[in-house]
Amino acid sequence: GPLSERPLMEVRLGELHTWISTCKFSPQGLLGAAQRAWSSYCAKYIHVKQGGPAGISMLLAGYCLLSYGWNYQHFSKTSYFRNS
Amino acid sequence: VLHTTRSLHTTQQSLAPVSPLPEKGGEVRHGLIPEEFFQFLYPKTGVTGPYMLGTGLLLYLLSKEIYVVNHETAAAACILTVIVYGIKKFGPSVAAFADKLNEEKVAMAQAMKDEAIQALQSAIEEEKKEQWRVEGCSYLFNAKRNNIAMLLEANYRERLLTVYNEVKKRLDYQVAMQNLRRQKEQEHMIQWVEKNVIQSITPQQQKESIAKCILDLKALSKNAHVAM
Repeated sequence: GPLSERPLMEVRLGELHTWISTCKFSPQGLLGAAQRAWSSYCAKYIHVKQGGPAGISMLLAGYCLLSYGWNYQHFSKTSYFRNS
Repeated sequence: VLHTTRSLHTTQQSLAPVSPLPEKGGEVRHGLIPEEFFQFLYPKTGVTGPYMLGTGLLLYLLSKEIYVVNHETAAAACILTVIVYGIKKFGPSVAAFADKLNEEKVAMAQAMKDEAIQALQSAIEEEKKEQWRVEGCSYLFNAKRNNIAMLLEANYRERLLTVYNEVKKRLDYQVAMQNLRRQKEQEHMIQWVEKNVIQSITPQQQKESIAKCILDLKALSKNAHVAM
């Protein structure tokens, strides 16, 4: 289909910057994109007849990574191998 | 291959049932990394590509101290071990339990649906029977109409009889009245004639008539003697 209506996964690397330029960066556009991403994730991993641990474990892993990233300053200050 | 969202109510309303849930979710390897990542790297690096990438990334993070090893790392390792052990051991039983719950729900819904269908079918049967009964209604109404006609006729005839009787009674009364009057008149006249005649008989005429009767009797007795 046309470039502006393809989801992110079907866009090739070379067309990425043109695809980004066609994105709507208004609050509604961002909200809609977030909504679509969340519902596609749910439809694929959570709303199935036989899901496994994969659905929640990926969310938890993402949460761990995010919280590590937010608290990185604190971690680096209290490291055992500080060079100062 | 990748899953897109299914937006609802974009096309015209169709009465087809909603498609059921997919059986299994997207494939995930080691519980964390979706299979698409491995497929994405397969053409360029073969099967071991993502694992090499993972090892290299891990060593880079550790050596550059982007991932800091401290007491929390040990805690995380212990917690992860316990979680993985728990999932491996109790996973299937929990899955079976959840499947049983689901199945019960589905069975209940199916039972309700079957009941509803059954009720509707029996309603259809009843309706057909009622329609058949309506056809017989015409006979019923004919019979009732005949009944009523007979009742009306009987009533009419009864009243006719009453009228006849009443009129006859009145006419009889009139006839009886006339008869009585005539009888009374006759009696009265007879009495009056008798009275007048008796009054008109003077004593003289009485003696003469008695003497004549005696003479007649004697003559008669003589005739009778002679005849014998």
